[in-house]
Amino acid sequence: MDLKDLYQDVVVDHNRSPRNFRKITDATSVQEGFNPLCGDKLTVYLKLDGDRISDVSFEGSGCAISVASASLMTETLKGKSVAQAEQLFEMMHTLLTVEDPKRDMESMGKLAVLSGVREYPSRVKCATLCWHTLNNALKNPDSRPVSTE
Amino acid sequence: MNARPGGLHDSATTAAFDAPRWRRDFPIMKQRVHGKPLVYLDNAATSQKPQAVIDAVSDYYQHYNSNVHRGVHQLSELATAAYEGAREKLRQFINAASKQEIIFVRGTTEAINLVAQSYGRSHLQSGDEIILSEMEHHSNIVPWQLLREQTGVTLKVIPINDAGELQPGAYETLFSARTRLVSLAHVSNALGSVNPVKEMISLAHQHNVPLLLDGAQAVPHMPVDVRDLDCDFYAFSSHKMFGPTGIGVLYAKEQILIDMPPYQGGGEMIRTVRFNGSTWNELPHKFEAGTPDIAAAIGLGAAVDYLETIGMPSIRDYERGLLEYGTQQLQSLAGVKIVGTARHKAGVLSFVMDGVHPHDIGTIVDQQGVAIRTGHHCAMPVMEHFHIPATARASLAFYNTREDINALVQALDKVREVFR
Ligand SMILES: Cc1ncc(COP(=O)(O)O)c(C=O)c1O
Repeated sequence: MDLKDLYQDVVVDHNRSPRNFRKITDATSVQEGFNPLCGDKLTVYLKLDGDRISDVSFEGSGCAISVASASLMTETLKGKSVAQAEQLFEMMHTLLTVEDPKRDMESMGKLAVLSGVREYPSRVKCATLCWHTLNNALKNPDSRPVSTE
Repeated sequence: MNARPGGLHDSATTAAFDAPRWRRDFPIMKQRVHGKPLVYLDNAATSQKPQAVIDAVSDYYQHYNSNVHRGVHQLSELATAAYEGAREKLRQFINAASKQEIIFVRGTTEAINLVAQSYGRSHLQSGDEIILSEMEHHSNIVPWQLLREQTGVTLKVIPINDAGELQPGAYETLFSARTRLVSLAHVSNALGSVNPVKEMISLAHQHNVPLLLDGAQAVPHMPVDVRDLDCDFYAFSSHKMFGPTGIGVLYAKEQILIDMPPYQGGGEMIRTVRFNGSTWNELPHKFEAGTPDIAAAIGLGAAVDYLETIGMPSIRDYERGLLEYGTQQLQSLAGVKIVGTARHKAGVLSFVMDGVHPHDIGTIVDQQGVAIRTGHHCAMPVMEHFHIPATARASLAFYNTREDINALVQALDKVREVFR
């Protein structure tokens, strides 16, 4: 296993300059995610316009994997429907936990760069924290922190 | 070998200690990790086991496995003799006055819970106060919080300074007429700070207050003499002192143990059982309900023998020199900051690196075969004090060498490379 598979250039870049790293003041849902094991803490802001994600952003601190994953997630989700977001959540989950050579990587777009995390079981939670937080935001708009421990 | 206390360490003393020779007693050191030789720098989490300990455990299972204190048959007598023999070794090792004062428990965590539930619930009342410190491991915080819920005691906390030392003078001011107990780390696992426990014990006693020391990080690295310290309780874990997991010791002064009710009920801890009431066994069995981890206790006895062959003063002196070397090496790296710079420190190097989260450091150095711990080290209040979510922590043992430190430094170069 090469470290480069985990820390791909895209990951290092998104960690250094995370996209959509800001508050959304008129968000329709705000959720906090916390991983007590490593102290990663994220807030995901979601703005729904009917069934469309018109804006999504995050703030917080964490390791390179969790920050890059959150950054890539917000980039990917903007403009998507709720159903598409839920589908991506599922796809991301299996990407990070199930080896599948026949997987359609094309449909995952940039998110595919995180597939290397699968080889590092102790780090999978870092990459999924933002997605669990988002899922929480989609499912129940009243704030309750989610934990991935 | 007399090291000047707290001072610079001369290399002659360090050179006299043959760490590579001792290292060969640890079969795991031959392991390769990601194709690289193992560099094990996570000793504060748990230590490795020498062949002598592994053999003692397997010898018990192969030749005389049997329950203790229960049978008249030969195997049971052998097992009982070995188990009680281990207790005597531990008594000598920490210089307790009697074997009755050595209670086998699962580890430091259980020892502290035992004191909180048995001593705490029987001796403390609502409004009574317990003094802790900001550098405690969660296992010396949460048991007291549970007691607080049960009895309404108040917890007072000695703050630390930015070097990771207890703030001088703060301790004294926390005593009141309601202070009933002090519970304190001998050595901090997150920072390495060695607390001035002897003076702190004597001050507590001036207020007629007993003091518990969490010695999990002290016993494996320095001589500990509970009578010289005059502490009332002392807790430590076998697995951090080169013995098996699942066993540890609560030491307490005999009179205190006599005045404490049992912690758990069951076999072994009773003298007579009738449905209208039971009577308790004598010390130390009153606190050892059920079948103990016999193999682990015997293994711990073997670990004590092993440590005594090397000599705890030599171990302390050698590790002091190694810590100094590691400190210099890490300090010379750009962007690396050591967290915990107390004047009196044991072999713990907690650090953070500019722009790189500790978790990423941990994963990358692991790929180079270097095992360190990253996270909050079960000391969230310490992380909060320094406004950091986590640190990377290299922690030393006597089998580590300067080469191990050099391997860590090289691995940290790799971290820089990835995040360039
Ligand atoms: C200072 C300190 N206290 C208590 C503990 C808890 O020890 P154990 O998990 O063996 O019960 C540890 C170990 O993690 C420690 O370092």
